[in-house]
Parts: sequence; C-alpha cells; structure tokens
Amino acid sequence: MTITDFLFFAFASVTIAAALGVVASKNPVHSALFLVLTFFSTAAIWLMLEAEFLALVLVLVYVGAVMVLFLFVVMMLDINIAKMREGFVSYLPAGILFAVLFLAVMVYVVGGVGTDVMNTAALDNAIKRAADYSNTEAIGEILYTDYVLAFEVAAFILLVAIIAAISLTLRRRTKTKYQTPANQIKVQRDDRLKIIKSDDEVLK
Amino acid sequence: MDASVVGLTHYLTLAAILFAISIAGIFLNRKNIVVLLMCIELMLLAVNINFIAFSYYLNDLAGQVFVFFILTVAAAEAAIGLAILIVLFRTRRTIDVDDLDALKG
Repeated sequence: MTITDFLFFAFASVTIAAALGVVASKNPVHSALFLVLTFFSTAAIWLMLEAEFLALVLVLVYVGAVMVLFLFVVMMLDINIAKMREGFVSYLPAGILFAVLFLAVMVYVVGGVGTDVMNTAALDNAIKRAADYSNTEAIGEILYTDYVLAFEVAAFILLVAIIAAISLTLRRRTKTKYQTPANQIKVQRDDRLKIIKSDDEVLK
Repeated sequence: MDASVVGLTHYLTLAAILFAISIAGIFLNRKNIVVLLMCIELMLLAVNINFIAFSYYLNDLAGQVFVFFILTVAAAEAAIGLAILIVLFRTRRTIDVDDLDALKG
C-alpha cells in the first residue's frame, strides 16, 4: 500500500459514511450537512484522479451554491420532522433489499465478470503527467473547440433555470397598495379636474 | 516502494456503493421531497465518479467534459426543483408526498 492508496481508502470510507448519514438522518438539516461532507471527500478523490478543475468546481458550485440553497429551503420550510419519518422502518427492508440487489449486480459486473476487461493494458494507460501540466487548460482547450455547441446549450439551460426559478417563486402581493409612476406621469389635466358651470340661484 | 493496489475497480465499486445508498435513501425517505432531491444529487455524484475514473484510466478528457455538463444540468435541476418545492409549500402548507394526490385518477 502506498500513501495514495491509504488516502483513497480514508476518503472513500468518509464518503460512504457521510452518504449513509444523508440517508439515515432524522433532521433534513443534518442530511444537507452530511451531503456537504460527501461532496468534500469526493472532491478529494477526484483530486487523486487528476481532475483538479472539476474537484474545485464541485466544492465551489456544489458546496458553495447548491447546498447553501438546499439549507436555505430546508430552514425556511416548516416541516413536521416526526410526520416525515413515518414509514421509515416499514420501508427499511424494501430499501435495503433493492440497494443490496443493485450493489450485488454492480460489483458482479465490475469486480467479477469485468476484471479481465478492466485490467487489460488498454484500460490502464493512465500516464504520468509533467509537473507543469494544467488540467484546467486542457479542459478549456477542448471545451471551447470540440464541445463549443454543447457549452452554449449548457449556458442556455442555466439561463432557462434562472428565469424559471425566479418566475416560480416571485410573489405577487395583491393586497398591498403601491405607486405606478408611469401612470402618474401620463396623467392629464382632464383626468383629475372637472369644471362645472354652476347656477348662481342654487348657491343662494 | 510497494505497487499501488487501488485501480479502476476500486473507484467503480465506490461509485456503485454510493449509488446503492442513494437508492435505499429514495425508498426510506419517500415522504420528504427535500431528502429525495438530496438522494438524486448523490446518485449524480456516483455517476460522476465513474466518468472521472474512466477518464483517468482511459486517458481521455471527454469524460471530464461530460462531468462538467452533468454538474451544470444538476445545478439547474436543483434550482428549479427547490423553486417548485417552495411554491408547493406556499399553496399546500406541506411537502409530504402522500398529501400530493390531487392528480389521482
């Protein structure tokens, strides 16, 4: 075992423990914080796979933005935690059964049948990079050339998401009174003032 | 120095375990939409680990570009999902999946 192997097993066990915490926590706030820990340790594992850019993006975008959004929503909503936990125990057997079945099939494919395929020389051509190799630069080079159309579409998807999220949550209050400056400016003299010819006899 | 024992299969197994945990989470927390969304994020993370492991061992950067796009779409999905959740809570005062049966046939 090298030091990197030790680090892999350490971060992998933290990842799995934190993922179990996400699933099993009583309080949704704890679930969200466990998910943050999962993202952090996964980012460390991605660093060992020499995906430095994506590891940092995971920490900045996910921990910094998405999980903060989750925490805001969880804390804003007034959730009855006890009621939410109803049925947790009764669904436990089914959940564990499906998880174990799925895991068995995956491990069978990855570790059993696939071992011959996975360990061939063709797959194991991870090369030693030079010290000044920049992962960010390499991703940028193909992102802005080969994948430029997909990149534009991704930007458009984010734009649609912004508009959708704002228009969904925008609150139009109907009871409050407010000014409309455009109408105030456009108002004419005749709209406000009416001159009535009065009969002097009546006033007397 | 000993040879490294960690290979592609280790990373794939880790991703499989994460995916299985999130499947169990979707079964266990099926009443709470917030935790369901978190489990979906966990699933996407497991898939991303697969992509990056293959990208490293096949020496092909396309896998990392895919992860980049998956992260983009997942962020958009989380934003819209949480917005829908807030609208839901405002109108129904609950996020319990069992109470959301207005479309029941």
